Amino acid sequence: MNNTAEVPEGDVILRLENIHMAFGKVQALNGVDLEVRKGEIHSIIGPNGAGKTVMMNCINGLYRPQKGNIYFKGQNINGLSPHKRAELGIGRTFQKLELYGGMTVLDNIRMGSHIHLKSGILSGSIYVGKTKKEEIEEREFIEEEIIDLLEIESIRDQVAHMLPYGLQKRVELGRALALRPEVILLDEPMAGLNLEEVEDMARFILDINEEERWKVTCVLVEHDMGVVMDISHRVLVLDFGNMITDGLPGDVSKNPQVVKAYLGEEDLYITRR
Amino acid sequence: MGEGEIQITEDLTIPQLFYRQCKRYGSGKVAMREKEFGIWRPFTWQDYLDNVKYLCLGMVSLGLKRGDKVAMIGDNRPEGVWAEMATMCAGAIPVWLFQDCMMDEVKYIVNHSDSRFFVGETQEEVDKALSIMPDCRKLEYVIWDDPKGMRRYHQEFLMSIKKVQELGRELDGKEPDLFEKLINEGHSEDICLLFYTSGTTALPKGALLTHYNMLSMGQNLMAVDPCYDTDDFVSYLPFAWIGEQMMSISCGLQVGYTLNFPEEPETSQHNIREIGPHVMFAAPRLYEGLTRQVQVKYLDSTWIKRKAYEVATKIGYYVADLKFERKPIPWYWKALNYFAYVIMQKKLKDHLGMSRLRHAYTGGAAMGPDHFRFFHALGVNLKQIYGQTEIAGISVVHRDGDIKFDTVGTAIPETEVKITEDGEIISKSPSVFQGYYKMEEETEKTLKDGWLYSGDTGFIDDDGHLVVFDRTKDVMILNDSRPFAPQYLESRLKFSPYVQDAWVIGDRLPYVTAVMCIDYSVVGKWADGHKINYTSYPELSQDPKIYDLIQKQIEEANKGLPAPARIKKFVNLFKAFDADDDELTRTSKLRRGFMAERYKDIVEALYKDSDTVHLDMTITYEDGRIQPIKTDLRIQEIGI
Repeated sequence: MNNTAEVPEGDVILRLENIHMAFGKVQALNGVDLEVRKGEIHSIIGPNGAGKTVMMNCINGLYRPQKGNIYFKGQNINGLSPHKRAELGIGRTFQKLELYGGMTVLDNIRMGSHIHLKSGILSGSIYVGKTKKEEIEEREFIEEEIIDLLEIESIRDQVAHMLPYGLQKRVELGRALALRPEVILLDEPMAGLNLEEVEDMARFILDINEEERWKVTCVLVEHDMGVVMDISHRVLVLDFGNMITDGLPGDVSKNPQVVKAYLGEEDLYITRR
Repeated sequence: MGEGEIQITEDLTIPQLFYRQCKRYGSGKVAMREKEFGIWRPFTWQDYLDNVKYLCLGMVSLGLKRGDKVAMIGDNRPEGVWAEMATMCAGAIPVWLFQDCMMDEVKYIVNHSDSRFFVGETQEEVDKALSIMPDCRKLEYVIWDDPKGMRRYHQEFLMSIKKVQELGRELDGKEPDLFEKLINEGHSEDICLLFYTSGTTALPKGALLTHYNMLSMGQNLMAVDPCYDTDDFVSYLPFAWIGEQMMSISCGLQVGYTLNFPEEPETSQHNIREIGPHVMFAAPRLYEGLTRQVQVKYLDSTWIKRKAYEVATKIGYYVADLKFERKPIPWYWKALNYFAYVIMQKKLKDHLGMSRLRHAYTGGAAMGPDHFRFFHALGVNLKQIYGQTEIAGISVVHRDGDIKFDTVGTAIPETEVKITEDGEIISKSPSVFQGYYKMEEETEKTLKDGWLYSGDTGFIDDDGHLVVFDRTKDVMILNDSRPFAPQYLESRLKFSPYVQDAWVIGDRLPYVTAVMCIDYSVVGKWADGHKINYTSYPELSQDPKIYDLIQKQIEEANKGLPAPARIKKFVNLFKAFDADDDELTRTSKLRRGFMAERYKDIVEALYKDSDTVHLDMTITYEDGRIQPIKTDLRIQEIGI
C-alpha cells in the first residue's frame, strides 16, 4: 500500500506559520511551517527531541508558542484553549496513554463525545426529552461507528487499565474519534505495539482517513518509518526544532539531509517489517 | 412438534421445507437474531425468505445452475445461512470451508469441488479468494457481505450480497414465478451439501449428502430429544462442521427454533449467557474449556464461595453417580441436591449460559469421564453423540435417564449399528451419504452394501450401548500387550486446568510417555502467584517449578490405572498444538501419525536415557508466515 500516488489536493485545513517555541534556553521549535490539506495524512518525523510532540501540543493548545500563528479552517486559533480547539474539531491521542484507567472502555469513549451533548442539568438529571434523544443518538454513533470500526466489541465493558497496552491504544483512538474531529493528531500510535497490532493500527488510520463516513485529516507523529512511508501523503522532517524538509514520502526518503540527520544513523527507527 | 407439523418424507427437499416454514411463520415469528452494534437484531421468517429469495435469484442471474458448487467461508452470521439456503434453492451445492483454513486448503477444496462461486464474509475472505483465483480457473464470482475495508476493490467479479440481491429483484420482476419453480424442481435424492471432512490422516475428502440424508437425520434426532419452535439455539461453531449444519439447518428448519448469532467469535461465551439456549451441541474442546474456566474461577474466588462450591459439587457428584448407576435417589439426597442448586449450581449455570439448557450434546471426538461427570454434577444434561459427516452427523446418542459416561448411547430411530468381526463399527440408515466426490476408491472402501464403515473400533455393551474404543489405527499396544486408548489418558490429563493439551505415546514401546502443552493463562497466573518470572510461553513451559506442577497433574491422572498404562516420562512442549502446524485437524483432533514424524526427536529422547532434547524445526503463524525455531526441552521422569 502506498498513498503517494493519490495525494489529496484539498484546501488547507490547518496552517502553522513560523512557530517558535522555547523552554528556557532550549529552542524546541525554531520557525516551523506546516500546511495540512483536507483529507491527507501528514506525518511529522525526526529523531528524539526534534520537537514533534511539542508541535502537537502547540496545535491542540497545550502549549502557547512564543511566536507564530496557527490557523484552523482559516481562523486564527492562537488564543483558544485546548477544549475550545476540540470543539472546533481538533482531536488527539497521546504518546503516553491518557485514558481514564478506572472507567470502562465504553465510558472512556463516551467521554470523548460529551462535548457534543447540549442538554442541561435539569433534563440530564431526569433523563427525558433532549437528553434521552441525545443519548440514544450518541449510543448509535459510538456503537455502530467506533466500536465496530476498531473491533473492540469484546472489551466494551472492561475496565481500561486492565487491558493490554495495544488495546488501550485503540481505545485512545476511539475516544479521539468520539469527538467527531475534522483533524486528528496521532502522537506515536504505533509505539510499543507488536507487529500485528501495528498492522491493525495502520489499517484503522487508513480507514478513518479514507472511509466516506469519516474522512478525517490525520497529523501523525511516528517512529516506524515503514508505516510512515507507506500510509502518509506528505512528510515533514524536523531536527532539533528546525524544519529540514516537507514533501512527498518518496522525495523525503531520498533527501540527503534527511538521510544524514535521521534515517541513516539509527537502526532504532527502521521499521519492524 | 404440534399443530401444522411437517412430515419428513422422501419427497421433501430442504428448500421446500424452508419455503413452507417461512410461509407458516411469516413475519409473526423471529427466525434468527444477530447481535450487532451491541443490540440483538431480529429477522423474521419473512425477512429470511426475502433475503434468501433475492440472493438465490441474483446468483441465478449471474449464471448459477443446478448442480454447481458454491464455496463458502466466514463466521456464523445470518448472511452465511442465507447464502447456503439460496444456493440450495437454486439447486446448487454449498461447500463450506473453515474460517481459519490456510490458503492451500482453500485452494485445494475450491479446485477439487469445481466451485464457480465463492461467498466470503469480509476483506479477509475476499483476499483469500483473490489470491487463489489464478489457480482456480472455474471460479467466476466472489461475493462478500461486510463492506469494511472493501473500498479499494473494484474488480467486476467482486460483488456485495446487496448487489447480488438487487440483481435478484430485477430477475424476480421479470420472472415472478421463477423462485418457486426452482424450489419445486428439487428432489430429495439430489445432493444438497458437499462436505469436506477434516481428515486426521490425508487430504480432505468431500462427502456428498442428499436432502433426505440431512432431513431424516434431523427427524430421527428430534424423535429422541424433541425441540420446540419456542426454543433458542446459539450458532457459533463453524458451519464447516457437520454438527453445526445438523443443528442450524436440518433440526433448526424442521422445528423452527430461533438461531442466534454472536456479535463476534470472541464475544460468543458472553452472548450465549445473554440468550440462554435450550439446546447446544459442541465438540469436547468447548466443554473442556468451560470446565477449566470454572476451575480457575474457583481458585480465584473467596473462601466462602470456595466452600459453597466444594459442598455443592460433593452433593452433585454423589447424585450424578447414583443416576449413572441408575439407582433411585433417596428423598434426602434430592433435598440436598436442591440445596446445592440454590447455593451454587444455579449461579454457575447462569454464568455458563446453561440455565435453560435441556439437552447438551458433545461429539466429534472423545470426551473424558471426568468432564462428563463434572457437568452432570452441575445438573447439566450432557449427552454423548456419535456420528460422522458420512452419516449426516449423528447415528448414536444417549437417552435421558440412560446415560453412561463411557459409552455414546444407543442408535437413533431408523439406524442400525453393528460391529464387524474385526471390531469396526458399521452403520446403516437413511442418512448414510452417497459417496466421496471424485474419489471412487475411497467410496468403495467406506460404503459396502449400504453399510457405512467408520474406521472406528468399538463394541456394544450389555445394555446395548455403543462403546467407541478409538480410531482403529490410534489404539496403542502396551508393553503387556494389552490394547489401550491414548485418548482416555489424554482426556484425563486435560481435566487439569493447567493442561491445555496432551499427546500420549507408547504404542509397542517399553513404557508410556506424554508431550504436554501447558495452558498459558492458567499456568501463567499460577506462576505470578509463586513469584516465577517469565516472558513467553516457551520460557514458562521450561521452568522446573512448572515441570513439578505438571508432574502433579500427571500423577493425578495416573491414579487408578494399571502400571503399564501410567505415564513414566514427559516433556513440556514450547508451544501449544495448532491446526496451522497440521498438528490438529480443524476440529481439534490430534493427528498422531503426523506428530510422530514431526516430533521424532522428542519421541526418541523420551525412550533414551537423556534428560534434554534439542529441537530444530519451523512453526507456522496464522497469517501463513513460517519461522524456524531452535530450542532445548527438558525431560522429566515420574516415579511410578
